[in-house]
Amino acid sequence: MLSMRYLKIWVGGAILLVLCICGVAAPLLAPRDPQAQTLEDRLRPPRWTENGSPAYLLGTDNLGRDMLSRIIYGSRISLMVGAATVIFAGLVGCTLGAIAGYFGRTPDEIVSKVSEIFLAFPFLLIAIAIMAFLGQGVGNLIMALMLSRWVQYCRVVRGEVLSIRERDFVTAAKALGGQDWYVLFRHVVPNTLASVTVIATFGMAIVIITEASLSFLGLGVPVHIPTWGSMLSEGRSYINRAPWLTIFPGLAIFITVFGINLLGDGLRDIFDPKLRRQR
Amino acid sequence: MNTLSRRLVGAIPVLIGISFLIFLLMHIAPGDPVSLLLGDDATPADIERTRHEWGLDQPLMVQYWDFLTRAVTGDFGRSLKFNEPVMKLVAERLPATLELAFASLCVAIMIAVPLGVYSAIKHNSLLDHAGMSVALIGVSLPNFWLGIMLIYFLGGQLNLLPVAGRIEYGIEIKSITGLYLLDSLMTGNFAALWSALQHLLMPAVTLGSALAAIVTRISRSSVLEVMRQDYVTTARAKGLSERTVIWHHILRNALITIITILGLQLGALLSGSVITETVFSYPGIGDLLIQSISARDYKLTQVLILMFAVTYFVVNLMVDLLYSAIDPRIKF
Repeated sequence: MLSMRYLKIWVGGAILLVLCICGVAAPLLAPRDPQAQTLEDRLRPPRWTENGSPAYLLGTDNLGRDMLSRIIYGSRISLMVGAATVIFAGLVGCTLGAIAGYFGRTPDEIVSKVSEIFLAFPFLLIAIAIMAFLGQGVGNLIMALMLSRWVQYCRVVRGEVLSIRERDFVTAAKALGGQDWYVLFRHVVPNTLASVTVIATFGMAIVIITEASLSFLGLGVPVHIPTWGSMLSEGRSYINRAPWLTIFPGLAIFITVFGINLLGDGLRDIFDPKLRRQR
Repeated sequence: MNTLSRRLVGAIPVLIGISFLIFLLMHIAPGDPVSLLLGDDATPADIERTRHEWGLDQPLMVQYWDFLTRAVTGDFGRSLKFNEPVMKLVAERLPATLELAFASLCVAIMIAVPLGVYSAIKHNSLLDHAGMSVALIGVSLPNFWLGIMLIYFLGGQLNLLPVAGRIEYGIEIKSITGLYLLDSLMTGNFAALWSALQHLLMPAVTLGSALAAIVTRISRSSVLEVMRQDYVTTARAKGLSERTVIWHHILRNALITIITILGLQLGALLSGSVITETVFSYPGIGDLLIQSISARDYKLTQVLILMFAVTYFVVNLMVDLLYSAIDPRIKF
């Protein structure tokens, strides 16, 4: 089953790589400007269907904008928001979790109480609440998602640090005169990275779905920026007349999240000894 | 102090913290809700008068204290959009969301637990791999997209199920609990029962699918873990039938993990209802929340978000209490 495990990582990684290339090279790959409106070509079906135009592979939307270009540009926002949230939430969560776990007492109590407040809320609702009050915007969206996700990292890292700090190599590092902060960030935190990598991968999938959900509800990024969620929301009104407006953005979200989950599954199979035993 | 009262007392600071966070967010948000609601035609005097009427000219902490003291007595004020008491609106909509959440939970349990358990028992078989692949697809499907696709295929193309609302227009239902399925059963109104069931099916499948995918994976790994325990080997060595070993020794112990995950995921189910209700125009509190946010009805928004948090807390508390019923070794 070893090859199966690596197969998941390869397939998931390949999907993610293709999407990253799409996001970075969007201006080169997109056949048209995603905002350019051609009203005489509005609601054109995909190229291979009856009435489809060879000029528009995935058809056009209600304003005559090219669906393929919008989907390619949409990957930018999804991946950027996903990556930024994972990085910021990971940094905040891991730092607080490491401090709480290593030093215990007052820092642990404060961090645990604050975590409890955030854990008392389903994370999607925290994001909805923050976006409802702060308004649309990429920065606000990243902040809302970061505030709703940091606690996952914090809990995992705190738990791991609590166990690692009792290990012999930590005692040895301290005995050699290592300062607390040095021992924590040089010897303890690096040993939590396997778990953090796994939750960061699954976290990115969750963040991408959440971003799409918020944009679908009109609470994500401003409407003029093409995102998969807002495309789905706009296409919903034309579901019977132009189903491709909802099918393709939805498929894009699904393939992205599927790829990331596959990658996460593969990584977890490798890092989690319990799962290794189950196989 | 028993478990229940200890947990309830422990929840008070957390709930106060949440309400303060929501309150703070509302006040640091850009834009004045009064100017937004009164529109461009409002004079500064109108704005000032309304601010005074709503108490918005008071210091922040005074406003928060006022909110807390009113909340304790169940007075959450009036909705700015609907001009009705907030609690009345919530009471009207809450049964719909509870009904949807319960139906979704049933869908998830009915699919996930048998599939997960069977996958574990037939570990590494073709069915196991197929089950886990379906679960991975389920976790990766954005449920609002699944909802739209169901509307398109089952509602639009095949015309099998209604695509919006809670019951067919024109069917009268006597409201007792507000839960349409229960009310129609209690009054013997089978036309209403059938209509309510048809309206509930697609939203419940949409909301339950993501939960089903997660629970399938957890059920499988939890059963696999228990299957390797010494007491299971002992049970088999005693000559017990495989059925008894599975039902009495494996499932009972695996249930703790499954219930924990179900409890934790109920929060996701509640917040997922916001999106599902919007997709299906289902008149629950999720749909109400989005309406209140769009109208900048901050009073209603604040209470609805707080309500979600309280419901989430109560569900988690119930899950904790269920543990000791399932496993008598667990004591709080």
